[in-house]
Amino acid sequence: MSTRPETGSGADRRDLAWWTDLGVRVLVFAGGISAIVFIFGIFVFISREGLGFLQGPFRPGEFFGSPAWRPTSERPTYGILALIAGTASVTGLAMLVAVPFSLGAAIFIAEFARGKVRETLKVLVELLAAVPSVVWGFIGLTVMNPLIIQVFHVPVGLGVLNSGLILGLMATPIMTTLAEDALKAVPDAYREASEAMGATRLQTIFRVILPAARNGLLASVLLGVGRGFGETMAVLMASGHSINLPTSVFDSVRALTATIAAELGETAEGSDHYRALFTIGILLFTVTFAINLAADLIVRGRRRR
Amino acid sequence: MFGSTPLNERNRRRERLVAALLLAMTLLIILPVLLILAVLVVKGAPAVSFEFLFTEPRDAMTAGGILPALVGTVWLVAVALLASVPIGVAAAVYLSEYAPDNTLTRVINLAIMNLAGVPSIVHALFGVGAFVYFFRFGTSILAASMTLAVMSLPVIIVATREALQAVPRAFREACWSMGATRWQTIRHIVLPNSVSGILTGVILEVSHTAGETAPIMFTGAAFFVPFLPEGVHDQTMALSLHLFIVSTQVPGVPEALPFGVALVLISLVLAMNALSIWIRTRLRGRKKW
Repeated sequence: MSTRPETGSGADRRDLAWWTDLGVRVLVFAGGISAIVFIFGIFVFISREGLGFLQGPFRPGEFFGSPAWRPTSERPTYGILALIAGTASVTGLAMLVAVPFSLGAAIFIAEFARGKVRETLKVLVELLAAVPSVVWGFIGLTVMNPLIIQVFHVPVGLGVLNSGLILGLMATPIMTTLAEDALKAVPDAYREASEAMGATRLQTIFRVILPAARNGLLASVLLGVGRGFGETMAVLMASGHSINLPTSVFDSVRALTATIAAELGETAEGSDHYRALFTIGILLFTVTFAINLAADLIVRGRRRR
Repeated sequence: MFGSTPLNERNRRRERLVAALLLAMTLLIILPVLLILAVLVVKGAPAVSFEFLFTEPRDAMTAGGILPALVGTVWLVAVALLASVPIGVAAAVYLSEYAPDNTLTRVINLAIMNLAGVPSIVHALFGVGAFVYFFRFGTSILAASMTLAVMSLPVIIVATREALQAVPRAFREACWSMGATRWQTIRHIVLPNSVSGILTGVILEVSHTAGETAPIMFTGAAFFVPFLPEGVHDQTMALSLHLFIVSTQVPGVPEALPFGVALVLISLVLAMNALSIWIRTRLRGRKKW
């Protein structure tokens, strides 16, 4: 939106309004680049703390290859393999739940629901997104835990299954909303052309609209993965929090995010343990950055076509 | 000629079947939440009383109320908004009214999207590294609120930009053609016409911010503070962290107490959401263009 002639041309009077306009322009520009400043700042500040670990006790083989996370023992070892396995198993299960359900919900809301029903469903999905993650964790602890114990006859209900289901429910609203946007972005001409060819409504939806919205749908799934990957409180409370390479869905695991949340308070500033937690932070930041970038590129690809 | 044939009867049946299936999936993701709300209300309501809301915790947090946590949450959110709303609105004004379509603008949009995707615990690490230690705010409301502000910035920018862009371009052109500067146009035409849209976004973000736990855990929210905060340099209790603490860290808490805390927290959050949705719906009905 900037086709208006620039106000800086020599013909303008340099009166108060002119100077105010210039001042505001500088101010809003500063606000405009704030997002870049902060994303850069986040990277710099967590790297500053994590760097001491990378230059010191960090050994790539141990860090990524060992399941032994023992930062407080006599001879500390910093292996995050079990933590990665924890995050991956919980996020994986969450996506198994969330992807089909949010795609189904998005198709229903975008293609079938009309009028009041549509509005109501959208509001309810929005309310789903409003529940804070600590409340989800509390639900995992007090509602899901006894439920899982009762249904599956296992001694403890906190683990991959519990936190995966919780995380799946948490990721659903954002994925539904984004997937619905992607479906709505398919031009009506596609629908009309398909129907003019004699296709039924289902054929139109599944053979024309879904393929046309493919990139947007993929981006919505990716952002859902990013959400689950970075979720902290719910996973901390519902996963059982013991360091484990899980072999079943009832195993207790610990996630990367939850490890930072549980241990940062007990470490001294500048200690190896403190810096190792920041190094996990660098890993989390890098992976989510990559996921977001990928989602953006995919969506941009769709627009360019 | 247009009577129904067996073929389109079958198609119609199939369509209804798929629609029913998809509706069932939609309801399956919504129903658990309604169920959960019901559980929170049933189990939490007995704990919530006037005394619960307006007294301090007693007996090592196994009894008493949540006043300091409630007040603390209000402080944290208010200070965070004081920082994030001006910056966010400025950014949105730049992106909507000034930004040319160039590489810098694309990078800004990418940064906003990435900032929104940064995990909350990474924001916490940033808050500890930057605000607590580097800027020497210590663990205080100020440090925690700044962390929350950075976190809520992308949402405020996106919501505000949408509100600004909903103002028709003809309004701006009419104003420019009267000789108004860009800022005069924004100040007198664009902002007044989008203020309720901006408000909707801000209220929604209040509800998100109030529920955040990880970013404040190490930057300013504390386990137990026996007094109400008096300034931004104090530590404080917070409702979200209090729920985490009474449900996992404190032994011997009666079962109803954490449910009561959860009920108060979720009621606050949902009330804010409902308000935001209500304003938005009214707005849509009143729109003149």
